[in-house]
Amino acid sequence: MSDQPQGKGPPHRAVEALVALATIAFAALIIVGSLEAGIDWGAEGPKAGFFPFYLGLVILAASVVNLAQAFTASGSRGGPFASWRQLGQVLSVALPTAIYVAAIPYIGIYVASALLIALFMVWLGRYGVRHVAPIALGVPLVTFLIFEKWFVVALPKGPLESALGF
Amino acid sequence: MEELYNLFHGFAVVIQPFNIMVMIVGIVLGVIIGVLPGLGGANGVAILLPLTFSMSPTSAIIMLSCIYWGALFGGAITSILFNIPGEPWSVATTFDGHPMAQQGRAGEALTAAFTSSFVGALFAVMMITLVAPLVAKFALQFGSAEKFSVYFLAFCSFVGMSKEPPAKTIVAMMVGFALAAVGLDTVTGQLRLTFGYTELITGFDFLIAVIGLFGIGEILLTIEEGLKFKGGSTGINPKVVLNTWMELPRYWVTSLRSCVIGCWMGISPAGATPASFMSYGIAKRVAKNGDRFGKGEIEGVVAPETAAHAAGTSALLPMLALGVPGSPTAAVLLGGLLIWGLQPGPLLFVEQKEFVWSLIASMYLGNVAGLLVVLTCVPLFAAILRIPFSIIAPIILVFCAIGAYTVHNSTFDVVMMLVFGVIGYVLKKCDYPLAPLVLAIVLGDKAEEAFRQSLLASGGSLGIFVSNGLVASIMALGLVALFWPLIQDAFTRLRPKPAL
Repeated sequence: MSDQPQGKGPPHRAVEALVALATIAFAALIIVGSLEAGIDWGAEGPKAGFFPFYLGLVILAASVVNLAQAFTASGSRGGPFASWRQLGQVLSVALPTAIYVAAIPYIGIYVASALLIALFMVWLGRYGVRHVAPIALGVPLVTFLIFEKWFVVALPKGPLESALGF
Repeated sequence: MEELYNLFHGFAVVIQPFNIMVMIVGIVLGVIIGVLPGLGGANGVAILLPLTFSMSPTSAIIMLSCIYWGALFGGAITSILFNIPGEPWSVATTFDGHPMAQQGRAGEALTAAFTSSFVGALFAVMMITLVAPLVAKFALQFGSAEKFSVYFLAFCSFVGMSKEPPAKTIVAMMVGFALAAVGLDTVTGQLRLTFGYTELITGFDFLIAVIGLFGIGEILLTIEEGLKFKGGSTGINPKVVLNTWMELPRYWVTSLRSCVIGCWMGISPAGATPASFMSYGIAKRVAKNGDRFGKGEIEGVVAPETAAHAAGTSALLPMLALGVPGSPTAAVLLGGLLIWGLQPGPLLFVEQKEFVWSLIASMYLGNVAGLLVVLTCVPLFAAILRIPFSIIAPIILVFCAIGAYTVHNSTFDVVMMLVFGVIGYVLKKCDYPLAPLVLAIVLGDKAEEAFRQSLLASGGSLGIFVSNGLVASIMALGLVALFWPLIQDAFTRLRPKPAL
């Protein structure tokens, strides 16, 4: 949208440039990988690296254009990417989610989900135990019934579930 | 005539009780998905895809396509009542829909939106019924060079028609193709681009990418914008509905024009979002009271909604007939076909008649069911939006994680989902389009296969792509689409402006 983010933050141009550099690095990776797989003509036609090699070249060329445009951009692109406050909010969702994802293999998806919902409700929503407990426990429980019982799809389980005999 | 017989057979399959139930469940889930921020048609379908593994392909596609219709309907509810477009294609609906709601005419606006959506979808389904079998029959004669030229045309249209900068569209698309190339090479069976990581042998699954890019990325965007729901009541009742229906036929020209725009934009992979904007823009320019658009004109709701739904529906035509999806959601449906063991493309019309025609029949019935469900249950769906974000956000995150895990029963995929989510957030903020990226992941292997087989046939000469009239003209069309902005520019510069 055309709304300018409120307050100070990292400049949009810098982020644009970083993204362009990242895609250049990605292109380099693809090109190196393709060369390893072989880009010339083999017994069964073009080798495995043939197609990705040219993809890498196209990404490289287009990224260079993007990089150049990042510095010449004007208008809203000249402003901040997002305010630090907004980025803080994004992190307040992204970080717990990252911990949640990391915890799933160890404590199972049900316990992790209950903790994630409880954390959000207490931390961002400032709810009391009376509101948090039914939702944080109810959602994983209903999910358990739907997936494990109804559709017979096994989701990752942890020590709690094995203690309960599942 | 044979098509008509097949269609009736399809209807007979669809009205089996289980399929009707699946249809209603799909519509309701779809509306909920469309109403909730952070869940959209594409990732909603992606998350629910694993639940359909145990169903027959026909029931599964009915459910998933109904989720899609539901999501298309649902987007309008939040646009009109809360001025928050639940889906990008309903942004244009907010221009006149929300002012109408503020004037206490929410019921009228909602009825107009739902009815227009229905009209647009119906028009597109009739078009699919008539045109898809012909296209499929034609496409049956395609060799690998022609196949590649169709992919080429589809992806070139993205570059030429999207509003994002061309270089960014190209990067997004090519990154998708490159991700699709990771893992086992389908032609030689050789491993490539895995750099020794065993997790990468199976490559990147587009479902994970969809859930991450559209689901997690969207939630991060939503939280950044700071959600505040301020919504009026729905004010919908049978009298309002009937009165609006009496008024709507007056706008038949706008409807028809929007249907045509929608179908055109849906088949070429421009998609529902530009279709809705274009239709709104043209209606505003052409209408008698065009200067009052934006202040609560019912015509300003009719135009974008009709076009968006027509485009969303007709995006399934190239998916069914050619195996080239016209939108991210169509791409997910296509992925579903592959998982259920069906080969999308023209052969589907020959080998899987019952499946194809049941799907088409379910489009007719699903949209009727959708219209009834949304008209009667709008207050309920609007209530969902009043659930605070701090409760709904973690629940959506949990569903995304479950959806990502169930694709391959792998926790590595859940990690990848989060990575895609953060990437999606940054790319979206920097104006990189995500739809071509996802489409490229889905079609990457097939496009590459067609390309390499063509080269194999020609002994390495690119001349095969201009070797006959058909392939040459499709390739030429592709190039025109690729350079469309430049061509348009040149035209406006060459032609002197007419004196007013």
